[in-house]
Amino acid sequence: MHTIVEAFGGIVTGEDAAKGLHRALPNEDWPAQLYRVLKAAQVRQVSYVPDAGHSELIRLFAADPGVVSNVLTTEEEGIAIATGAWLGGSRSVLLLQSSGVGNCVNMLSLVTMTRTPLLMLVTMRGEWAEFNPWQVPMGLATAPVLAAMGIRVMRADMPRDLIETVESAATLAFEAEQQVAVLLSQRLLGAKKW
Amino acid sequence: MATRQSVLDRREVVARLLAKRDNLLVVTGLGSPTYDVHAAGDHDGNYYLWGAMGAAALIGLGLAQAQPDRTVVVITGDGEQLMGLGGLATIAVSNPQNLVVVVIDNNHFGETGMQVSHTGHGLDLAAVAQSCGFKETRAVRDMKGVDEIARSLHAPASGARFFVVKVKAENPPRSLPARDAVHVKNRFRAHLGLGTM
Repeated sequence: MHTIVEAFGGIVTGEDAAKGLHRALPNEDWPAQLYRVLKAAQVRQVSYVPDAGHSELIRLFAADPGVVSNVLTTEEEGIAIATGAWLGGSRSVLLLQSSGVGNCVNMLSLVTMTRTPLLMLVTMRGEWAEFNPWQVPMGLATAPVLAAMGIRVMRADMPRDLIETVESAATLAFEAEQQVAVLLSQRLLGAKKW
Repeated sequence: MATRQSVLDRREVVARLLAKRDNLLVVTGLGSPTYDVHAAGDHDGNYYLWGAMGAAALIGLGLAQAQPDRTVVVITGDGEQLMGLGGLATIAVSNPQNLVVVVIDNNHFGETGMQVSHTGHGLDLAAVAQSCGFKETRAVRDMKGVDEIARSLHAPASGARFFVVKVKAENPPRSLPARDAVHVKNRFRAHLGLGTM
């Protein structure tokens, strides 16, 4: 696995990540690629509140005896588990939906105060072709809330951006002890079918 | 009855729990439990919280999963654990045999003016943990019970354990560990042989 050192701050767009960094992996769908990238980053613990967009990744991790999976009752629990995992020398990832970011706000002070690596993969709702208006307020607030708590926000709008963005986020988190959220846009995921 | 007053002194209870700590790793919930554990003797294997209310037991879970050969003891208060009730369900699903949660329960929010907590209104945290699926749960009100918990910290278990120690509602003089969270983290990791970046 190659590593990418991000020399810039703030929001990294998929366009930036795609510049010269994209590697074609034509025969895999993106959840399978994501799983491979996270395994290559030596992720050994996964926490999640289920989301349809994460369902295949959750299934892949659940089937992996080398990874401990935790289903959460609320997303902030995952921030605490990630902290404990790192204390014990283990890398982890937190999978959640944008609405769950709102449930994490105060708990994010734990990882910023302790400078604990945090990698969150956030599936977005309330933006691209959203049917359910109840998803919109937290969808609008997701990136600003994370930024307000000192979390670095990166975003992938298309599948081709996603893998490079997550690879880069994992390096930032685990090598530079940063707290990083990658937002997986609803356009990438596809609008929820009703 | 959960609202009956206990006479146990929290500092004596925590000192007794950790008197023969050996290889135990200890995570402390914010407020009095952090001070109690520090008063019992600072240690590189202590991870003190000054915030993140509701996180203590779940930090214990993440740590227990990462260090399956070490016993992790979470020492927290009733108010802190009440904020993380859902976390008891999450811990019980994983049910690590090397995780022990001990709630020092004084029926009150001691740090904020001794307001009566839910346990003071009768909520039984050990029963909640049992209902969630913890393998062993118990509430104790005397030193004999505390000594049994202290011994069980070093005994093999079949899953996660959850103990409540009912104590007197009082605020002993504060015993303050470092508030530099990066320092405490790095010190703890170094204790496990893990490096800094």
